[in-house]
Amino acid sequence: MSGNKTLGRFFSENAVVIIFVLITLAAIPPSGLSIPYIIQEMITRLGRNTFLVLALILPIYAGMGLNFGMTLGAMSGQIGLILAINWNITGVEGLAFAALIGTPISIMMGYIAGAVLNRAKGREMVTGYILAFFINGVYQFVVLYMMGSIFPIRNPAIVLSRGYGIRNTLNLQGVRQTLDTLLLLKLGPYMIPVATFIVIAGLCVFVVWFKKTKLGQDMRAVGHDMAVAQAAGIPVDRTRIIAIIISTVLANFGQIIFLQNMGNMATYNAHDQTSFFAVAAILVGGASVKKAAISNVFIGVILLHVLFVVTPRAGQNLFGSAMIGEYFRQFIGYGVIALTLVLYAWKARQNTARARESLRGGAAGGAK
Amino acid sequence: MDKIKQFVTDFGWPRIIIFIFLVALFIAAPFVGVRIDASISDVLNRFGQNMLFVLAMVPMIQSGCGLNFGLSIGIIAGLIGSTMSVQFGLTGFLGFFGAVGFAIPFAIIFGWLYGILLNKVKGEEMTIAMYVGFAGVMFMCIMWLILPYNAPTMVWGYAGKGLRTTITIEGFYRQVLNEFMAIRIGDSFVFPTGMLLFVAFCASFVFPTGMLLFVAFCAFLVWLFMRTKTGTALTAVGSNPDYARASGISSDKMRTVSVIISTVLGAVGIVVFQQSYGFIQLYTAPLQMPFAAVAAILIGGASVNKASMVNVLIGAFLFQGLLTMTPSVINSALKTDISEVIRIIVSNGIIIYALTRKMKVAK
Repeated sequence: MSGNKTLGRFFSENAVVIIFVLITLAAIPPSGLSIPYIIQEMITRLGRNTFLVLALILPIYAGMGLNFGMTLGAMSGQIGLILAINWNITGVEGLAFAALIGTPISIMMGYIAGAVLNRAKGREMVTGYILAFFINGVYQFVVLYMMGSIFPIRNPAIVLSRGYGIRNTLNLQGVRQTLDTLLLLKLGPYMIPVATFIVIAGLCVFVVWFKKTKLGQDMRAVGHDMAVAQAAGIPVDRTRIIAIIISTVLANFGQIIFLQNMGNMATYNAHDQTSFFAVAAILVGGASVKKAAISNVFIGVILLHVLFVVTPRAGQNLFGSAMIGEYFRQFIGYGVIALTLVLYAWKARQNTARARESLRGGAAGGAK
Repeated sequence: MDKIKQFVTDFGWPRIIIFIFLVALFIAAPFVGVRIDASISDVLNRFGQNMLFVLAMVPMIQSGCGLNFGLSIGIIAGLIGSTMSVQFGLTGFLGFFGAVGFAIPFAIIFGWLYGILLNKVKGEEMTIAMYVGFAGVMFMCIMWLILPYNAPTMVWGYAGKGLRTTITIEGFYRQVLNEFMAIRIGDSFVFPTGMLLFVAFCASFVFPTGMLLFVAFCAFLVWLFMRTKTGTALTAVGSNPDYARASGISSDKMRTVSVIISTVLGAVGIVVFQQSYGFIQLYTAPLQMPFAAVAAILIGGASVNKASMVNVLIGAFLFQGLLTMTPSVINSALKTDISEVIRIIVSNGIIIYALTRKMKVAK
């Protein structure tokens, strides 16, 4: 009986991860891809995506849910990259320059996002999502209309033929994979971008350290119960804003790392799916709206991206249409987010109901 | 003076600014060579096209489920209905009502399931609705490829299977409502009576003339419904759940009813949209549609927990007016295509405004 219960609890707590492992394993054989190929892809994608996904942890810790507003940081990083290309700064210096430009912008964006989310307590996620749309409009306004007309752009190669606005696709040749190839380790058939992983490891250490600081502990308290934290003298609103600012700045670095690996940038679309992939990854890794650990990030990135690598080929081989695989992976991404949110909200409601029930039971007992 | 102040706070600055902006666009239109009559005709047409989506927001807002970001579930049901209608070769009014008839049962089933789900996740409805909607759309993308449709106008020519991305409904039910009793003044001013009437009937005010008739019809039904016992109970659940429970109203049931109605309206809405637009859009097309409807009802003065028919009317008119007028006027005035950016900023700005506003009022 009790063994059954713990097993059931294990399944319900890790339902998403288990479902995902099963789907992924089922999709590998029909894809016909070799295991070494999949492993190499996985290493590449770990380097490419992990930093972005790590950016989600602190807001979850502060009780603000999944930070869909991380897209704001991604856009800041893209502005940094545009300027790096504009001044033709290449190599790792180019990336550093882009990060330098992106940081103040993302701090400002993070502050705005934090302030907005503080006015929408209890519905941070949907507000953050729409906020990303809104700032996307502002981003387009700046990049498509102001750059080249109000802000001078020196490099004519990146300007649209009409004389202002940045081209739809930017070739990041000068900075392409400069971080990845800075310290490239050949291990058997695999190429490992050590420098990128060092940066990621550095961030992990930072996150672990940060959680132990006074500010990190404050965040946890705020995430646990805002009213109690307020009563304990923690500046709730300020702490929440700081969590979002850090997340936004990290997303800014993350997007730069992501794009240097990709090698080119869709100026107006590169950030569209940033939060979608990052959120899907961390949830697939077993995180919830209230709880996330670094292990969730790595498990999630690996699982999600193995699935992304294999589904188009599996769709092609099983149904004769690569589009089916393409749609399937998007369905899985959105479906996982929906499922995790549902499971979490459902559980939270059950817990409140149970708490209420026990309270009632206590009252009845007292009456006797 | 106080009255004006009160009005401004109630109505909100963003809405007033949008309203003034729209009026300014209409005034500026003739000076930059945009025809007023064609513009008004366009605005009315798009108003009719989109009003049912906006109307679909009302029941769920009233029952406390918040903004229906999962309207795409209803739109999917509508797409199933319209593709079935074309598959069976129904034409004219039969085609249109066939599509609506096929769509409604699907919408009821989807809405029922979707409603049960939302009851399990009270407090998180909006984010979940959004992702359930997205997942549904992507799932149907796969379905459109593998369902056994075979009408030659709908499937890819060379493969003989898999639905096309856009399907023309020319010769099926294109413009049946728009042309019904349409009033033509000159070449460019066409009043789409049929569509507007249909929409109005779905909410209880009647516009002078075919699309408008249908839309009016739908609006009438909803208005009527909100005044029935069930409708009142539904509002009670939204505005004061404890009171509603004390009066013996099952809040879960009422919420499910509101979700079903919203989903059905979304389904009928997409069919009305298609007959005016001329094409069935499949695959990822419904992904962004709910956001426009949400923005519209919020521009109309609704909040996350309160909406009325007036909000629907004003909202659909202002939002569609803005969408129609900004491209034509701004683009001919400034010789740029900046209107798309304005649309993104305005529509999402107003949603953020509404999402951040309630907390302030509550204090």
